[in-house]
Amino acid sequence: MKKLLGSAGLCLCLAISACGGSGGGKKDEASPGVFDPFPSTYAAYPSETTLITGATVLDGKGALIENGRVLIQDGKIAAIGADITAPEGAATIDAAGKWVTPGIIDNHSHLGAYPSPGVEAHSDGNEISAPVTAEVWVEHSVWPQDPGFTRALAGGITSLQILPGSANLFGGRGVVLKNVPARSVQEMKFPGAPHTLKMACGENPKRVYGYGRGFPGGAPFSRMGNVAGYRTAWIEARDYKKKWDDFAANGGTEPARNLELETLAGALSGDILVHMHCYRADEMAIILDLSEEFGYKVASFHHAVEAYKIADKLEEYGTCSSMWADWWGFKMEAYDGIRENIPMVHNAGACAIVHSDSDIGIQRLNQEAAKAWADGKRAGIDIPIEVAWEWLSLNPAKSLGIDSKTGSLEPGKMADVVIWSANPFSVYAKAEKVFIDGALMYDLNDPAYQPVMDFELGQPGEGDHK
Amino acid sequence: MIRSLILGLAALGLSAIATAQPVAIIGEKVWTGTAQGTLTNGVVVVEDGHIVSVGTGAAPAGMPQVKAKWVTPGLISAFSRTGITEVPGEKSANDTGAGGSPFSAALNAADGFNPDATPIAVTRLEGFTRIAVAPDARAKLFGGQGFLADTSGLPGSIFKERAFAYLVLGERGASLSGGSRPAAWTVLRGAFDDVRFFTARYMTHNDGNVLTRMDAQAFMPAVRGEQLMLIEASRASDLEAIMDFKQENPMLKIAILGADEGWRVADRLAAMKIPVIVDAFSNLPSSFSQLAATSENAARLSEAGVTVAIVNLNDSSHQARLAAQVAGNAVANGLPFDDAMKALTTAPAEIFGMSGLGALAPGARADVVAWDGDPLEVTSAPIAVFIDGVSEPMESRQTKLRDRYMDLDHSDKPFAYRR
Repeated sequence: MKKLLGSAGLCLCLAISACGGSGGGKKDEASPGVFDPFPSTYAAYPSETTLITGATVLDGKGALIENGRVLIQDGKIAAIGADITAPEGAATIDAAGKWVTPGIIDNHSHLGAYPSPGVEAHSDGNEISAPVTAEVWVEHSVWPQDPGFTRALAGGITSLQILPGSANLFGGRGVVLKNVPARSVQEMKFPGAPHTLKMACGENPKRVYGYGRGFPGGAPFSRMGNVAGYRTAWIEARDYKKKWDDFAANGGTEPARNLELETLAGALSGDILVHMHCYRADEMAIILDLSEEFGYKVASFHHAVEAYKIADKLEEYGTCSSMWADWWGFKMEAYDGIRENIPMVHNAGACAIVHSDSDIGIQRLNQEAAKAWADGKRAGIDIPIEVAWEWLSLNPAKSLGIDSKTGSLEPGKMADVVIWSANPFSVYAKAEKVFIDGALMYDLNDPAYQPVMDFELGQPGEGDHK
Repeated sequence: MIRSLILGLAALGLSAIATAQPVAIIGEKVWTGTAQGTLTNGVVVVEDGHIVSVGTGAAPAGMPQVKAKWVTPGLISAFSRTGITEVPGEKSANDTGAGGSPFSAALNAADGFNPDATPIAVTRLEGFTRIAVAPDARAKLFGGQGFLADTSGLPGSIFKERAFAYLVLGERGASLSGGSRPAAWTVLRGAFDDVRFFTARYMTHNDGNVLTRMDAQAFMPAVRGEQLMLIEASRASDLEAIMDFKQENPMLKIAILGADEGWRVADRLAAMKIPVIVDAFSNLPSSFSQLAATSENAARLSEAGVTVAIVNLNDSSHQARLAAQVAGNAVANGLPFDDAMKALTTAPAEIFGMSGLGALAPGARADVVAWDGDPLEVTSAPIAVFIDGVSEPMESRQTKLRDRYMDLDHSDKPFAYRR
């Protein structure tokens, strides 16, 4: 995964200087090179020392423990195994017959930016004012009152990446959130998560800027226009980065800040992780070359409908593919979608991720993984369920640079934990209890732990089962 | 093992070319959809395209056998656009709607159906043997004429054209009628007038108050109650308005699509015998018409005695097949398993008047699916699909792509030579 995330040692000083120059902002914990005037104010909610017993436990990094136990202490995983005893005063949850897993991480969501209700006034996901809008940050669009967050919580989602849409070559910065109800997006921001950059291949940018918005439209008009657009922007970003590197090394006059180039320079330095919307195998191959031309890394291809065709190349390069289980055919670049994409990518040794890109799909990513797992099995790719769970938590965590903090049940990691009523690869399983940093945030059987968003108050359906 | 069985059956299906061979389909569990309930170690005997017997005895000696964990009737997609678009995002490959047409209620979806469309085989592979296909409403609130087809992929697979008239009310109807619900209802009432006074109104003109001559003619059977009128609506108040309209026009045959707030008016729907086709995934206030949406909608409607069919509305052309997963989720949210199975079989058969389909009974048409597990489970899949007794090929463009790229070693020849 080192290959994937690029060298943290190269983190540039550009934004540190910018930070000093502008004042008021904070250095990002994980990416000191990134200036963040909107820092996380997330604080874990109170948790009690809790021992979960008797469950089938998937640790999220390849192990299945029968009759297993998980100890949560101070909001962290304290221990996991078969022979753990509860400390004095610990609460105990008898989870016999149930399953326990790490919380699911969806690395492709537009919740909050395209919230419910999906009325015109809420369309905040795409800054379609220019093909390059690396200067926008999707967190400035996120409406924390989106009821979609609570439905995702009931599906066991504990963290998620919100991305700007894919209208643009460079859509802007994404943001990683803890899935807790909040008044502001800062109260949801995953502490220390690296910033991310959304880029898009293929049909969307050329449709929005080319013929789709009126002939003659603007650039890009074609796939070759897309690639020319990326390269032009990266060349500018490289010059910009050099100015700041020189300034940091030699002093002199502080270069003027440019929000667009600041984001791109952060991606070049490896401080900002690139998430690339790309369906077709041939386009992904071009992007791999392009990233090498400019020296950045693709953290994950998103949608990656044809990843199965180049799974060996993706493995060699060391990037992830974020995929749907079975979406296909809705547009030309999705035409070659197959049900075995995820297991075939996994089988080649590449990093496979199940993502949603949907306010409906995010509620049952466990089922999406189960479909892909079963389809793989029928095609002769037999992956243990405990390994397949990595598609839902550890691998997305890696793609977001937060795998040292969450994504598996390991001592010292955040206690992001789900207790399922049954094997979560069953359509009948439901998330019964969802803990985030050890705090119980959702309980299927207790209305006191079922959040109701402001928008829903006083409306038909308030507090109903969802 | 299972794979070789599938490939074997595929070869059988391809060589059989639509001849129905006698076969005994044996299931550890056989869900019949009839008073027989679910049989343990059941046997379905098929001959000449029909079901001969459904029971628990031994299979007839010498008859070819298919053994499976579960056996069910062929699933029926109660609402789809499968086969009328190859790629929805490409105008040239999309015949679902026609925003630029001067016509609306007359648009006949069957004219756009292509049995070779790749989503047909993909849908069949997931156990769907019959589909109700509706055009989309783009120009007016009238989408046009829907049809019923099988998923054999063969010419002649449409078995009922003009099976229902499709129209949209609620927000979409409002928007297509000029901007408000009152406008939509005015259009609908005007269309009814146009049909009722057809002879006088169109004596010298081609246009009525709302409908062209062709549209009025096509809409006539629905207005007379001779044809099912499938109406899309979700808000409780919209459903009440539809039921008021039905009360004023008791002869109408109405079914409702969507009905996300249906549970709030379930008793009246049941009393008026209006069936609903719901998407059990719908649990978000996606619009101001769906504020009371809940995953328990299907369960509550069914509990109240409403006939409920379940579909996947999110992508009803290429992903209509996900209705089984949607139904499984409805079970997880309180719908009894039997009712969920009915929502995929007997309920759509009843709503669209598909006689001899949707259940395993002697004399019924032999649409039968053999599964490797519980048909509503996301981890299960069909191992064999029969339509009118014919063993269908278990392959699609998707399985061919899968097989081409399963092994990425192409040092010998490019992938394009691998078939």
